[in-house]
Amino acid sequence: MAQQYLISVLNDSTDSDDGNEMAAIGEFNAKLKAEGHWVFANGLTAPSTATVIDGRHGEPVFTDGPFLESKEYVIGLWIIEAEDLDVALRLAAQGSKACNRRLELRPFHGA
Amino acid sequence: MTDFGEVLTRVHREEWARVVATLARRFGDLDVAEEMAAEAFATAVQRWPLDGVPPSPRAWLITTANRKGIDRLRREVKREDKHKEALMLADTPEPVGAIDDDRLRLVFTCCHPALAMEVRVALTLRMVGGLTVAEIARAFLVQETAMSRRITRAKEKIRAARIPYRVPSHEDLPARVTGVLAVLYLIFNEGYLASDPGKEAVRADLTAEAIRLTRLVGDLLPGDGEVAGLLALMLLTEARRPARVSAGGELVSLGEQDRGVWDRDLIAEGHALVRARLAAGQAPGRYQILAAINAVHTDARDIRDTDWSQVVALYDQLVGLDPSPIVWLNRAIALAELDGPQVALAQVDPLPLDGYHAFHATRADLLRRLGRSQEARAAYDRAIALASNSAETAYLTRRRDQLPAPDFP
Repeated sequence: MAQQYLISVLNDSTDSDDGNEMAAIGEFNAKLKAEGHWVFANGLTAPSTATVIDGRHGEPVFTDGPFLESKEYVIGLWIIEAEDLDVALRLAAQGSKACNRRLELRPFHGA
Repeated sequence: MTDFGEVLTRVHREEWARVVATLARRFGDLDVAEEMAAEAFATAVQRWPLDGVPPSPRAWLITTANRKGIDRLRREVKREDKHKEALMLADTPEPVGAIDDDRLRLVFTCCHPALAMEVRVALTLRMVGGLTVAEIARAFLVQETAMSRRITRAKEKIRAARIPYRVPSHEDLPARVTGVLAVLYLIFNEGYLASDPGKEAVRADLTAEAIRLTRLVGDLLPGDGEVAGLLALMLLTEARRPARVSAGGELVSLGEQDRGVWDRDLIAEGHALVRARLAAGQAPGRYQILAAINAVHTDARDIRDTDWSQVVALYDQLVGLDPSPIVWLNRAIALAELDGPQVALAQVDPLPLDGYHAFHATRADLLRRLGRSQEARAAYDRAIALASNSAETAYLTRRRDQLPAPDFP
């Protein structure tokens, strides 16, 4: 009965890639898979490519751009499985190091 | 006739954490554990005066709470699988020593690093200490509803994020123990020097609770030098409490304290702990060094007998572990006694502690001793503006007002 967690990768405007992230992320992903923690991961394109959809009132309304304009935004995500928060935190710390970004870890509703 | 009030208070103090901890493991839910423990104690209040105190109050409380927990789960049929599992586990006999491990699990869960510090403090006082939400709210001058929300949210996070109910893994353990000690020390300090001006200067209930909890953690982690160090530090600090605030509600500095009213028993216990740590021959951590510094102070019959070179040497050791400006400030205070206020002031002045009242209070005292009254007065003003404890403000104000009057032309 593993718990699933969403790990959002946060982009601070101060972040600067050092060029080694992709290799480190690849290594980290391989480890997640080997240890049975992997569910899904991918990077996201720029917030400017987003569309907000409101289909609640008849004809759907499409709005160009993200629902929240902010300097910090999510640029990628992992979904992992772990026995508990201690394991998830340890993995997230390694992920943060690999992608050189701050992360937010948030549990899904019970498994 | 038995004084049931007294018996219940004592049993509550001794057994609350065990009952909560045991139930938390059985039911896999802190919320259920807390509620059922509270109900079991409420039942004891009704039953024991009629039926007498059971031969094993602990067993009675755990059995009663357990039964209430099972009843509750039966009522809530639509619960998750893990609760059905808990139901089946409920009658498994206790393994030997399991209860102590449960209390340790409880401590680590309440002090988990994914919880905010104020939340850790509140949860620890409620779950491990057995204080009521109202008592905790009063201690931290927060509305009871706000404190209740804080604790409820914490329990929700523990459940949803699956903060584990176990002793951390070997690799996490040192950092997690440090985290637990930080919570205990914060509770102690809040009691020893309340941060809010509206509160009593020293709150013996919180210092006593912090010492009790630290003793408990010490019993559960007997090999940990820092736990012993923190306990010694608290005992040696608490020992001076009777001399620390004057009848007029003013903080009394170490040099002016009546050492005759210091608690000799606490000092003896603290010194024994410090000696045992020295004998262990391991490199001491910060609490052990702080305890050793306090052992030097409490060893001196008079402030003039203080072995200041020893104090400065210990601060040198502490600076090696934690070269923070506050440690340098405290080292400078000791250095003033050894090398004079001029040398100390030169070390204090460049410290980046402008927002810290003790920085200005230290400067004020050094400047006063150097006869630089005008600068001392300005420093006292700054310190008074920043200090939040009423006894400390009273002390600083008197010191300022005792400065020689400025020369008016």
